[in-house]
Amino acid sequence: MAEQKVKLLGFWVSPFMYRVIWALKLKGIDYEYTEEDIFNKSPLLLQLNPIHKKVPVLIHGDRVICESYVIVQYIDETWPHCPILPQDPYERAMARFWADFAESKLLNTAWLGLCARGAEREKAAKLAMEAVEKIEEVVKGKKLFGGESIGYLDICLGWISYWLPVWEEVGSMQIIDPIKFPATSSWMNALLHHPVIGDNLPARDAMIEYFQKRSKDLYESDWFKDVIRLHLHP
Amino acid sequence: MASGSIADQEGQVMLLGFWFSPFVKRVEWALKFKGIEYDYVEEDLTNKSTLLLTSNPIHKKVPVLIHNGNPIAESLVIIEYIDETWKQNPILPQDPYERAMARFWANFIEEKVREPAREALFSEGEQQEKKVKELKEGMEVVEGEAKAKLNDKTLFFGGGHGVGYVDIILGWTCNWMETIEEVGGFKVLDPESQPQFHKWMANFREVSFVKPTLEPKEKLVEFFRMLRQDRLGLVANK
Repeated sequence: MAEQKVKLLGFWVSPFMYRVIWALKLKGIDYEYTEEDIFNKSPLLLQLNPIHKKVPVLIHGDRVICESYVIVQYIDETWPHCPILPQDPYERAMARFWADFAESKLLNTAWLGLCARGAEREKAAKLAMEAVEKIEEVVKGKKLFGGESIGYLDICLGWISYWLPVWEEVGSMQIIDPIKFPATSSWMNALLHHPVIGDNLPARDAMIEYFQKRSKDLYESDWFKDVIRLHLHP
Repeated sequence: MASGSIADQEGQVMLLGFWFSPFVKRVEWALKFKGIEYDYVEEDLTNKSTLLLTSNPIHKKVPVLIHNGNPIAESLVIIEYIDETWKQNPILPQDPYERAMARFWANFIEEKVREPAREALFSEGEQQEKKVKELKEGMEVVEGEAKAKLNDKTLFFGGGHGVGYVDIILGWTCNWMETIEEVGGFKVLDPESQPQFHKWMANFREVSFVKPTLEPKEKLVEFFRMLRQDRLGLVANK
């Protein structure tokens, strides 16, 4: 099974897709990449991921897998060399817990902060910072979450090292203060210098331009009104 | 504390929970399915214990599983931990692709069924209508999956192995969906448009380690009515 062809359907700036790319690169798995226009979804995407209609989608032989966390774990279990998740069940549970925490308490709030304005932006950024405080404690004393090598949390949280600074710039907000969060900043740096991550990133200028437009569009949307209510005025 | 023997390898297992929590129930089903002995500690929602607050300082929520003094929080994380620590009666399938499918469906259930159900329970008016619509759409997809996977021989999403991960993650619907409907004042369950799902619910309710754990509906309704009123700041009906 492992020798069957691997294809990845993605969108050039998606942090979720990059999790999958990093997992594939870490394990030295060859894959064919297809760029999807998420604003004009192809019949292929709609056929492969009819439930969510989102990227990334991994196609392995005739198997189709969606959702970045599910894909990364599938990759880890199908190609067991260079393990991504730790071996010990408790360590695995901790990795999954913190991945879930970072997704719901940092990624969502930072993204909200990017799309919001004024007081709501400040509130979202503050919530994001509170989440970083917790992450700082977890990464303290470690070079990478995986120790000496890239692990599950490095892959799942890797967006923090590159997407978050872009969102901070576009959103004129500071979430990662290197003085307040020295361990996190140090980890971000280690990640960017690691070939698996550092050599596999989208172009920064293009990202700035993209997120400037995207955040403006989302600010006007129904999604935004809904999500602001949920996160900032529960 | 004794050590060394195989019986003691499991160590002490403690579960912190609330009787009314569907997330806690999931973990209990996983433990019971594997025949794992555990000490259950009933927490007080309004007066959380020091043990809970130190075991889950991040979310301060139940369920928390404490195994050999190590705390684990978040029901999906706990269940995978249980499955990886105790190998008997596997919950997740062995094959990586089957596992990926099971995890995909668990995420779907959380995002598109459980989350909208909770939001519908704690909202009203236009906001609630929106959430009920989302919930109905989620249920349509679940019915589709049930239609595709279940039949007279295959009663559960765990397939040939009987009950599995997806069943345990979806199981809360058997006890809580009707409660949420009644308290929230809306209808989502429909045996006519969801025949496979209703068959699955009936079968799941009868599972030996599930049946004794199901709370009486009236008790759940009374409790969640109070929670909803609290949340919406409503005055009790005169």
